[in-house]
Amino acid sequence: MKPDLEVNLAGLRLKNPVLTASGTFGFGLEYARLVDLGAIGAVVLKSVTLHSRQGNPPPRVTETPAGMLNSIGLENPGAPAVVSKVVPELKRLGVKVIASVAGETVEEYGEVARRFAAAGVDAIEVNLSCPNVARGGLTFGCTRGMAAAVTAAVRQAAGDLPVFAKLGVTGGNLLEIAGAVAEAGASGFSLINTLPGLAVDLRQRRPVLGNVTGGLSGPAIKPVALWAVWQVYKAFKLPVIGMGGIMSTSDALEFFLCGATAVAVGTGNFVNPRLTTEIVAGLEKALAAEHVSDIKELIGAAHNGK
Amino acid sequence: MIYEVEIVTQRKVATGCYRLEMYAPEVAQTAQPGQFLMLKTSITLDPLLRRPFSINTVDRDRGLVKILYRVVGRGTALLAGRKLGRRLSIFGPLGRGFTVPANGRFLVVAGGLGIAPLYFLIQRLKALGNEVVVFYGAQNRFKLLLLEELAAMRVELFTATDNGSSGHKGTVVDLLRTKGIPPADLIYAAGPPPMLKALAALLREAEMPRAEFSLEERMACGAGACRGCAVKVIAEEGPVYKRVCADGPVFLAGEVVWE
Repeated sequence: MKPDLEVNLAGLRLKNPVLTASGTFGFGLEYARLVDLGAIGAVVLKSVTLHSRQGNPPPRVTETPAGMLNSIGLENPGAPAVVSKVVPELKRLGVKVIASVAGETVEEYGEVARRFAAAGVDAIEVNLSCPNVARGGLTFGCTRGMAAAVTAAVRQAAGDLPVFAKLGVTGGNLLEIAGAVAEAGASGFSLINTLPGLAVDLRQRRPVLGNVTGGLSGPAIKPVALWAVWQVYKAFKLPVIGMGGIMSTSDALEFFLCGATAVAVGTGNFVNPRLTTEIVAGLEKALAAEHVSDIKELIGAAHNGK
Repeated sequence: MIYEVEIVTQRKVATGCYRLEMYAPEVAQTAQPGQFLMLKTSITLDPLLRRPFSINTVDRDRGLVKILYRVVGRGTALLAGRKLGRRLSIFGPLGRGFTVPANGRFLVVAGGLGIAPLYFLIQRLKALGNEVVVFYGAQNRFKLLLLEELAAMRVELFTATDNGSSGHKGTVVDLLRTKGIPPADLIYAAGPPPMLKALAALLREAEMPRAEFSLEERMACGAGACRGCAVKVIAEEGPVYKRVCADGPVFLAGEVVWE
């Protein structure tokens, strides 16, 4: 029998628990010719601000050992363009859509969330942890007060939709921030965002990235991500979307065992644009081989007796 | 778009430079000059990302595709060590290539490994019966690649080397300045950023703005999704960042903001 991969993420029912991580899959449509978008649990859009943003000066990406640094700087065409051009097209393709919202003020976060909710997305992710912008992002995510204020504003704007707070592990105490956003109305967590990092161009004696610092992603951060999922799952009763260096079905299974209800593929999309759907197939196969009839049996299973 | 292909031949063509041939019939069929492939150079997680390589030539009948590259880091070093017959994961052809018109006279300016995509372009231009003049510069004569192949195509070729070991002593842009830019319906160029910047300035002075340049930038996805490979260009609304991978890699010389 085919194992059951369906999960319920704070009321959002997904036919499978494999998502795309924000910022690594564009607005989904870039991959429409290459990937069966409808076969992905949900597409998490690149973070969107109210007005368009140009992003940071190049170079914006560089490879590091088993990972990469990026400093895109939230380049996006602004909420009105995404709401009118992207969301309807994704819905037409039968894709579950989670909008990632960002902003420079609490009000902006709320307004972007309101527009996406009105456009009929399936859930909202609050980007409280972008390390590459001067205002908003990580500067909001590293104090309890700001993180809670942003989450509350998005919670209010999002109506009935689930709201996931995307947190990093730097800048503040993870469990304290997670507690604050949970109290402010977050339905669950997305863990983790990139870690701050820097690469040096030896020959030119300067940082590689145009923005000097960037966010580290890829397999290099997987243990950190598993640690964060483990901690937050243990401390709270809310669902977690786990991400950070997932490159294979085994990686995804590790996140479920640590407590993730769903997983998101990020940097792995760059290496293999079909990795999400391949992991969906891989999970079916792996669960069948282990005689596990339902993915939900594995969620948090590594905590038994710990 | 994503294929597991077989490496058919790999030849060292100069110190640190290799020409790799793969059997990739779908790519050979559809690839246009100026387009590129993202190759996985390792089967492990390090190096992690695919690397972009411009398509150097294709043989549609035999389903073959070649890339020409220089070893610059761990990814390319691993690729140079890949054995024949081994499988290689490729993603492509990607990007928007050069315009390839017929019945005209065209100038191609190559610097170093810039010859890689331009060689494919020259082939297609010649196949359409065009007249093609090539200015080609490199550090020294050993780094001028594919000279025999270019000669066989009967293009008019002028070379420049930094040390004077072949052709003009100096850069290829110096050579163009000295000899004068030959009349052309369209100019094409690829090479290191300082060369392209100098050439763009020369063309602006000469009021010959119709030029297509192939640009390079560090890339992650190659598919237009990550917005990592930003290049600043002048659009109607002012300077904006475009994506080298999906909006390019070929841009008009006049639209690029050279920084």
